[in-house]
Amino acid sequence: MGVTIIPEIIRESLNNLVKNGERSDDRSFDDYRDIYLETGVISKAEGSARVKIGKTQIMVGAKPQIGEPFSDTPNVGVLMTNSELIPMASPDFEPGPPDERSVELARVTDRCMREAGVVDLEKLCIIEGKKVWMIFLDLHIIDYDGNLMDAAVLGSMAALMDAKIPEAKVEDDEVVIDPEKKVSLPIKEKALMCTFAKIGCELIVDPSLEEEQVMDARISIGMRADGSICAMQKGGMQPLNKDEILKAVERTGEITKKLMEHLPQNNQ
Amino acid sequence: MITIITNKILGKNSTSSKRADGRASDELRPFKIEAGVLERADGSAYLELGGNKVIVAVYGPRELHIRRLMQPDRAVLRCRYNMAPFSVDDRKRPGPDRRSVEISKITSEALMPAVFLEKFPRSTIDVFIEVLEAEGGTRCAGITAASVALADAGVPMRDLVVACAAGKSEGEVVLDLSEVEDKDGEADVPVAIMPRTGEVTLLQSDGNLTPEEFGKALNLAIEGCMKLSEAQKEAIIKRYGD
Repeated sequence: MGVTIIPEIIRESLNNLVKNGERSDDRSFDDYRDIYLETGVISKAEGSARVKIGKTQIMVGAKPQIGEPFSDTPNVGVLMTNSELIPMASPDFEPGPPDERSVELARVTDRCMREAGVVDLEKLCIIEGKKVWMIFLDLHIIDYDGNLMDAAVLGSMAALMDAKIPEAKVEDDEVVIDPEKKVSLPIKEKALMCTFAKIGCELIVDPSLEEEQVMDARISIGMRADGSICAMQKGGMQPLNKDEILKAVERTGEITKKLMEHLPQNNQ
Repeated sequence: MITIITNKILGKNSTSSKRADGRASDELRPFKIEAGVLERADGSAYLELGGNKVIVAVYGPRELHIRRLMQPDRAVLRCRYNMAPFSVDDRKRPGPDRRSVEISKITSEALMPAVFLEKFPRSTIDVFIEVLEAEGGTRCAGITAASVALADAGVPMRDLVVACAAGKSEGEVVLDLSEVEDKDGEADVPVAIMPRTGEVTLLQSDGNLTPEEFGKALNLAIEGCMKLSEAQKEAIIKRYGD
């Protein structure tokens, strides 16, 4: 992985801006960059979404497969999240097996969706202990300009809501799939993620690449529509104090509410 | 056991044409090419051809870190052809497999003759081809888009390489096989050319053809390339003006 060197002058100027309550792209501390979300973009995928936050761009695909449930949860379907920081997205990304950033992104996204109970996984059981639907969420990062976490969760949520999987029935202990009959995934909850970067003494939402490169620490908070917290991840070299964390949680409530408006509305 | 009720109807069109999607034997699927679609990459292009959606990013010429690959007198051109896990009906496991490794190799060989590599000794030009959705003929779509992305990156080139496949389906030699025609068809001949000279930079053949049929397929593929070549130029003009 390439190491990006940040000129001291940029570091200083971004820090000074934040100190004066400003940002290099004139946003306020609680503003996202422009968000663009489109679903159903890949017809081969049962569910798909293209999400842009500023110039960060992610394609998300949801594909179902029938498989065996885990032995400790025989009547529960499986949701798996996988991410690829493909070298297309940034001069710093290299081909090869997923590196730690990619694994963190996939695991945090997965945790946010799973712990929020976004998909009612029990409804994805076909034959208890033998056959369940496994939903694979694949995050394909194609342009990296900061804040992948929020884009990944937003795209994943949209792709799951967009997904139509074939109906599976049980006849004589055999699974029969009818690709003609498509049903929506059992969506139970909605959850999104909100990431702050700590620069100087301030927490700013939706850090751009530039801001990410100079930030001291990062905190990502996953929140359900009802305001409960479903996932959290701290990152970066510097610590955060308790007050900062609690303030971030408080701000997340309002910000997530606004963020939810980007999701498609017509879902049961 | 899992039983899947298969689709019986392959093509919805039932016009006079023999082809499943109602195309004439020398007709391409609808296509569009766009240059400069990504922020970070030095050059990029997006191409749709029928149900194929391909995006290509070019980085470089830039420093090459792997010393054993370095060429003292010219740049190396590395390609990575990759399919998104959601690009096909049954989810593809992420990461390179034998097929994508081969396609990466022949793609870089198809592009290399057109690029003035000797102008950039000891460096690399990286071409990343991502297939977002596949519907037959992705390697050709990747090459056609890659040339546009290279031009968008400002890499000096002799020509814009363009690729198109022809093949045999239901006993007839046809241009630009769709996914169904490729799977059920008898042969597939992907061809890449440099249109200014007509030189062929990629040629593969998979399946059984008589020499006459092969000649016909080759001509048909070159015809298809010429049509796509116009669209490549238009995409670049649209982005940069005449």
